[in-house]
Amino acid sequence: MIKIEKLHKSYPIGKDSLHVLKGLDLHIKEGEFVSIMGSSGSGKSTLLNIVGLLDNHDSGKYYLNGQLIENLDEKKAAILRNKFLGFVFQSFNLIAYKTAVENVALPLYYQGMGRKERQIVAMQYLEKVGLTDWANHLPSELSGGQKQRVAIARALVTKPKVVLADEPTGALDSTTSESVMELLKEINREGMTVFVITHEEDIAEQTNRIVRLKDGIIISDEKTAQKINI
Amino acid sequence: MSNFLFDKDTWQEIYSSIRKNKTRTGITIIGVMWGIFLLVVLLGAAKGVENNFNKLFGNFATNSVFVWAQQTSKPFKGFQEGKRLILKMSDLDNIKSEIKGLEFVVPRHQRQSMAINNFKSGTFGVFGDYPELDNVQKKDLVYGRFINDNDIKEKKKVCVIEEEIYKQLFDKDVYPIGTYIKINDINYNVVGMYKDGQVGSGGPQGNIHIPFTTFQQVYNTGNTIGWMMITGKPEFDIKQMEADVKLLLKNLHKVHPKDERAFGSFNLGERIAQVTGFLTGMQFLTWFVGIATLIAGVFAIGNILLITVKERTKEIGIRRALGAKPWEIKRQIILESVFLTSIAGALGIIFGGLVLMLIDATIGKGPDAALTNPTVDIPVVLIAAVTLVILGTLIGMIPAQTAVSIRPIEALREE
Repeated sequence: MIKIEKLHKSYPIGKDSLHVLKGLDLHIKEGEFVSIMGSSGSGKSTLLNIVGLLDNHDSGKYYLNGQLIENLDEKKAAILRNKFLGFVFQSFNLIAYKTAVENVALPLYYQGMGRKERQIVAMQYLEKVGLTDWANHLPSELSGGQKQRVAIARALVTKPKVVLADEPTGALDSTTSESVMELLKEINREGMTVFVITHEEDIAEQTNRIVRLKDGIIISDEKTAQKINI
Repeated sequence: MSNFLFDKDTWQEIYSSIRKNKTRTGITIIGVMWGIFLLVVLLGAAKGVENNFNKLFGNFATNSVFVWAQQTSKPFKGFQEGKRLILKMSDLDNIKSEIKGLEFVVPRHQRQSMAINNFKSGTFGVFGDYPELDNVQKKDLVYGRFINDNDIKEKKKVCVIEEEIYKQLFDKDVYPIGTYIKINDINYNVVGMYKDGQVGSGGPQGNIHIPFTTFQQVYNTGNTIGWMMITGKPEFDIKQMEADVKLLLKNLHKVHPKDERAFGSFNLGERIAQVTGFLTGMQFLTWFVGIATLIAGVFAIGNILLITVKERTKEIGIRRALGAKPWEIKRQIILESVFLTSIAGALGIIFGGLVLMLIDATIGKGPDAALTNPTVDIPVVLIAAVTLVILGTLIGMIPAQTAVSIRPIEALREE
């Protein structure tokens, strides 16, 4: 699903440049539940941005769903993001003046889906995350856990190939974190590839595979001990 | 794209964005509204002044000059200074044959006389006139006709009166045509009445016109002329004509060529040109002020949208992460700008129109109106509106470009 070969990325800082990713090789297959672990500055967010087509890489190869990603302009990137990727952010990133159901329906709007149809699909996904009763509430009226569940529903609504979650539990307390992780596991059980970035050990341990990054290099890549659902 | 403008979601996006920033939107709209409001009101007021001016002078041929005789101020050819000069009918023929570009030369006589109708009376200006006067100073007739050639030929005792005189000498709702009024013990048949409110001579009391030949006979004026009105063809310079006529008259009456006081004149064409120039200047100023204010208002919209885009950087980043193409973000912001300018423009035009109506209702009525019928032409309003929308689009492009130039990753970066 995601295949990365010798990926390099550096950012210019003044006259110098900061070499963030130093030749990563990573292969994530369909249906995997992978976490990227690393302290801040390890390059994990940069990796997510490149995988999420929010940033481009300097050298190396990146295949998304078998398609080589190169020379993307913003328009193509937007179409690919909409089609293949679902994002879940640490700070939820819901649009403040839109209700829960409108937030969930937004990616479908950019797909050009009709209004009524969008509403129906969005409601289905809200139901899936257990927020049917909160559909017409603004994000400010929801708790942190509810917000993140709305964000997950929004990430799933376009039926993407991969869900990219950047510190999905970073702003939540442990109980709510638990329920959000349960939701992500459930999505994974249904066959979705889930790609989580975290620096919390106990979150990473709930995934099926942990990739550890340090200073732009993969230092370990191992399957976790937990049983894999069949 | 084609259904973008008619998509409910497009407008809902704009609505939510506006609702979110009520104060900002309100102030911006007022800014542009003020611009177009000023433009409409100023143009209307300028038009009102122009109409007022046309009401006063409009019935005069604009390239006219009045000439009359005075006293000499220089001795010449054996005559002492202070010689009284009187215009003669023969001067008229000389002018007609010598001066180029003449359209009409109309001789007139004038005196103050008492006019009586039954028990009502008043002192008015009585003029001896030719039918040609109607060409130089258009009479807006309410009833009847002006003096005709037959009246001149037969020296008829007929008169044409101004409405003001009708008001003073007649009872209300009496039809004046066919009645007789007495001037210096002679009865004149009233054959016409015209609207007043015209600049002319004879004073505020109003004018009575009788045939020139009748005047000659009744007041025994012989072959003299009181004064004359000269009209030039439009392509000729009336100022030059005025000088030519006066020089010719000096020659005919044996007056020193440099005697400035011998003949008096009033160049209506020149006066009108001055006022017209003033009006043109005022209109230019109006446009300038109006458009400058408009541009300032539109820039305010651009500025505010730019701030909004900065405020909404994160939201735009989210939308792009969710698959919004750059053009989809751009057109939304441009449409927002166009929408705001259009709303503001429409409000400005409506309020401007209301104020003009108010001006018209309060100080735009009656003979002493400061502004007459202040209006703005529909095409002018449309041009202003279209300009506004174009400016709105152009100015909307700046924040739109800013919005998409920020990479989504930067927009989403945690603070």
